[in-house]
Parts: sequence; C-alpha cells; structure tokens
Amino acid sequence: MHWLDQTGGAADMVRSVGFWLVHARFEFKQFVLQSITIGVDSFGVTALTSLFTGMVLALQAGNTINNIFGDPIFVGTIVSFSLIRELGPVLTGVVVAGRAGAAVTAHIGTMAVTEQLDALHTLGTNPTQYLIIPRMGAFLLTMPVLTVFSNIFGVIGGYLVAVYALEVPGEVYLNDITTFMGASDFMHGFIKSFIFAFMVAAVCCYKGISTRGGAEGVGKSTTGAVVTCIVLILVLDYFLTAILTAFGI
Amino acid sequence: MIEIKHLKKSFGAHHVLRDVNLNIEDGKITSILGGSGSGKSTLIKCMMRLLDADGGEIIVRGKDITKVQNPFRLAAVRRHFGYLFQEGALFDSMTVGENVAFGLEYLTDIPKSRYASVVKEKLAMVGLKPEVAKLNPSELSGGMRKRVSLARVLAVSPQCILYDEPTTGLDPIMSDIISDLILEMKKKIGVTSVVITHDMHSAFKISDYIAFLYEGKIMLYGTPEDFRRTDNPYVRQFVDGSSHGPIQMKLMRD
Repeated sequence: MHWLDQTGGAADMVRSVGFWLVHARFEFKQFVLQSITIGVDSFGVTALTSLFTGMVLALQAGNTINNIFGDPIFVGTIVSFSLIRELGPVLTGVVVAGRAGAAVTAHIGTMAVTEQLDALHTLGTNPTQYLIIPRMGAFLLTMPVLTVFSNIFGVIGGYLVAVYALEVPGEVYLNDITTFMGASDFMHGFIKSFIFAFMVAAVCCYKGISTRGGAEGVGKSTTGAVVTCIVLILVLDYFLTAILTAFGI
Repeated sequence: MIEIKHLKKSFGAHHVLRDVNLNIEDGKITSILGGSGSGKSTLIKCMMRLLDADGGEIIVRGKDITKVQNPFRLAAVRRHFGYLFQEGALFDSMTVGENVAFGLEYLTDIPKSRYASVVKEKLAMVGLKPEVAKLNPSELSGGMRKRVSLARVLAVSPQCILYDEPTTGLDPIMSDIISDLILEMKKKIGVTSVVITHDMHSAFKISDYIAFLYEGKIMLYGTPEDFRRTDNPYVRQFVDGSSHGPIQMKLMRD
C-alpha cells in the first residue's frame, strides 16, 4: 500500500537521521541558515493569521458570552485558552508547513531530480547529514518560537477587539488571562508545537528526497507534503489533546 | 585495475544489466557505448555505489565493493571515484566557486584558507577564468556547466573519473573541447577514465578501449581500431549510426 510504503520510507529516513546525528559532524552553518530562512519566511504570515484569529475569537466571544447586563465576559480567557492550547500550535504548524515546508520539499525534490543528491554522495557527504538534519533541527527550533509569537499576536488581536470594539477594559481582559491560565496550559501548547515541528520536518524532507519524475514530480511532492502535514496536524491535534489532558497537562 | 564480473541489475521486471564482464585498465580511457536505455549509466552508478547491484562483483584494488554496507567504508569506496553527471548536478544554491570547493571540506585535509587558490587552479585546468567562480550555475551555458562539474571532480583528486555522457547536449565544437579535456586529464594527471557515451566521434578520439553494451551484456570490447574494423552487425550499425540493422529489428520485435 502506497501510504504504508511512504510511512516506512519516512521512518527509515528518521532512523538514518539518528545514525548520522551521532556519527557525523553537525552542519551548524546549514542549521543556522535554515533556521533563519524558516523562521523569517514564516514569521509575517504566522503573525498576521494569529492576529486576526485572536481578533475573531474576541469578537465571537464578546457577542456570545455576556453577563446579565449584556456586557461581554471572559473574552481574555477564551482568546488565550483557545490560542495557547490549540490554535497557536495548529495555526503555526499549518502556516509553516505551507510556507517553509513546501519550500524545503521543493528544494530537496529539485535536487533529487537533477542528481544533486547523488552528487552529495560523490563528494564525501550525504543528503541526511547535509540537508535533512539541519532542516529538522531548524524546524524543531523555530516552530516552538513561532508558536510563542503566534500566541502573543493572537492575544494582542483579541485585546484590540475587546478594548476598542467590545469596550472591555484592558485590565479586565488581561486579568481574565492571568487568572485562569497556568503553566500547564503553556506546556500543553509547547509540547504540541514541538511534535508538529518534528512531523512537518519529517514529512517535508521525506517527500523531498523521495521525489521522482522531473518538474511534475517536484510539484506533486510539494503539494503532497503540504496536504499530508495539514491533515496530520489536525488529526494529531485531537489525539495529543486527549493524551495531554489525560496526563493533566 | 577495476574488474567487473557477472554484474546484474534489474528495476522490477526490467533486467538492465544481465551479465556484465569488463576490465578497466589503470590510467587508460575506457568508453562504454550503447543505445539510450541500454544500462550504461546504471553500470557506472553501480561502480560509484549510487545504485546497489543485484549480483556480481566490482573489484577495486582487490576488494569487491558491491559487498560494502558500512556507511563509512562505503564513503571510502566512493573516494576512489569522481563522477561527472550528465547535466552537471551543480548545487544551484551555491556559486561556481562554492561548488568546486564543496568536496574539499569532506574529502581532503586542505585548509579552508587555500580553497580559493584550489578553485582558481581547477577552473584554469578546465579552461575557465577565475571570475567564473562568482557566477551562479543558472548563469552558465551547457558546456560551462560540464567544465565546472569536471573542475569540482578534479578538486578532490580521484583515482578514476566516471563521465556520464559528457558530450550529450553540446554543440560539436564544445563536444570536441570536452573530449580534449578528457584526454588532457589523462595526460596531465594520469587518471583512469570511464566514459559513458553514444557519441562515436568522441569515443574514437579519446578511447584507449571501447566496450559496447547491448541487452545487458558487453557485446564487444577492444580498441577503437577493433571497432572500426568489426563485422559484428550490431556494433557496425551503432558505429555507422544507421537506422537499418539488427538493433532496429530487435526494437520492432519488442
């Protein structure tokens, strides 16, 4: 079965990552370059989508949950809970997969169909050491950081709508966040963002190195990588929530 | 000497190499001729261990390299060879200079401070000016790409260079320049060369020995003179570049 082959291939790649991580030098320069590329590439889109997500959450909450006088309540709580535990990691994962993940697959895929991956073997290194490990490291570093920024921009978006459109006092909005949010909520989102980062990196790199068939193949791999990442993020999110909640996180 | 014995390689049900037996003499240029899809590139990819053979042996300095599985020993095996890819396979995210210097970091002990002078020297060897080092691969013509690719191979001083269709896609003059370069490398540094080609003009000009690969086997091995005089109808047809002959008939039967 095709998906089983792909899963096996990706698992084999991750095993190879483990081997070369231990047995070969770490390509630090590539890691830094990729971290900058992935982080910078995705920052603007992540900030923008999170800002508007925070804004729409505040708007919905303000128009749905009111006290007996008709004033909006718990806007800060709803916005921050939704963002920090769920939407921050999910949105960041989707945006990074669509922006940086697609670029990684297209780049490695193009190298595969133009024999550049073979050229790495002939010049004393290999694609895992030179391309995949630095990119996996970059995803693992930048996605949790981007998630933190996503949360911040989302909370700011919620604040703007709560204060200027719903006329909730700023202190109340912030107090709603600090009163009800705990360290475990941040940990919940952080663990998710880390796992999503690993998954996006593994899928996008594997789709890249397994690309065949010229320009058409690169297109197919890139589309396949983004779709697989988005679906897996949404599916994994449910199971991770269930597991983390069961552990009290 | 490199000895290839009973080499086999299949892709699914398609048997590309059925039983290849060939000796590659040290310091000589051996051309491997064959039609498109005859398995020429597969053969040198097996030699470089970019592909795993299904059976047979490739003996380099007394050791069968097809059995090597350890990644570090495999890297040591590949160290014997330089590989000139058909389209150059230059890293398009790097400049020409970075491409030429790439292997120095992994395969040599040359200090980084000397990379620029090595790049300049190797570019000069393939007839390119030092300014080319600053260009991106996308700015190069087909002939320049092949020359830069050759400079990248030369930089790491391999004992044997495997050329995958070095003149394909080039105009006749540039093809001849590349052929001259291959000859020059043999004369200057005495490197062993295996040239995959279907360019008869180039093959006759540069080769010490020629092997004709047909249906997964070496049908004829000899000097260029042997190939000029042969009565073998398959080889004759290929050498003459004729559409009439047993190769076409066979294709029609398929």
